[in-house]
Amino acid sequence: MTVSEILDPLLTAESWKHAGRDVAIATVIETWGSAPRPTGSHLVIDGEGNFEGSVSGGCVEGAVITEALEVIESGSPKMLEFGVADETAWRVGLSCGGRIRVYVERLG
Amino acid sequence: MQLEALTKLNAARRSRRAAVVVTDLASDAVTVILEGDAASGPLGEEIAKAFRSGKAGTVEIEGQSLFLNVHLPPPRIVVIGAVHISQALARLAPVAGYDLTIIDPRTAFATEERFEGVELIADWPEDVLKVRPLDAYTALAAVTHDPKIDDFALSEALRVGCFYVGALGSRKTHAKRVERLKEMGRTENEIGRIAAPIGLDIGAASPAEIALATLAQIVQAFRRRDLVTAG
Repeated sequence: MTVSEILDPLLTAESWKHAGRDVAIATVIETWGSAPRPTGSHLVIDGEGNFEGSVSGGCVEGAVITEALEVIESGSPKMLEFGVADETAWRVGLSCGGRIRVYVERLG
Repeated sequence: MQLEALTKLNAARRSRRAAVVVTDLASDAVTVILEGDAASGPLGEEIAKAFRSGKAGTVEIEGQSLFLNVHLPPPRIVVIGAVHISQALARLAPVAGYDLTIIDPRTAFATEERFEGVELIADWPEDVLKVRPLDAYTALAAVTHDPKIDDFALSEALRVGCFYVGALGSRKTHAKRVERLKEMGRTENEIGRIAAPIGLDIGAASPAEIALATLAQIVQAFRRRDLVTAG
């Protein structure tokens, strides 16, 4: 793999899966206000919590990774929402003041 | 999403083919649609729209909430000819978000000094395009005035369906070019796609203005392209 391929979350997800690792894919589904990453951006996570890509440029990745581990465990997708209006924002909020919705699914 | 769908998507991305991933947010069902695949009905229209705009988003169709993610290859410009116009175009293109490569076998023109920081290949298009093929997300601008250098690249651009094909030269020059391209096996429809004289008609006079008119025409061709037909 070239450097740009290693940094590509979807190519990473494919190679992880081929290597026998459990994988979840998180995708930005919707953004409001100033969100750091556009709709369609990906973060991919393996069963050990390793990750590649981003859904917010670093603000909420920690929380997404925790949820992704549950999705890998259960197999059921989750819809997450982060933002200043949300109570969770105080814990894992977006410093830019935007809101995002993130869909997390298991790679089957 | 299943590994099979991801593999299909990544294969398309590696070969610079556009794809839309449709995810049913209620059932987790994923479909990968490649550009050129027939897609009909209201979903087909939304998919065609997504291919054109390049923007991801959620659509509601018959009570279903569907997320459409768009993967377009990054657009790029290949210029045949390391001439004065190309020097200006090489500076303008990155501002508009286009990668740019210049090909010219004439080493007197294709010098590092004239094209600092620009990807420049001093070789014949016949040889370069074999290893770096043109595709639907590439714009081809042929500006050498020399049939020996321009013609092969133009013919190849029409054959593979570059989203934009432009050629510098007067109407008289172009009429002769049309005859040569026909002899090379290009159809009248294909040849009719060539923008000649090159560039939007803004009364461009200087090389920099011609470069600007050409870039504007390339942006227009990219944003208004309609490669997906609702079947």
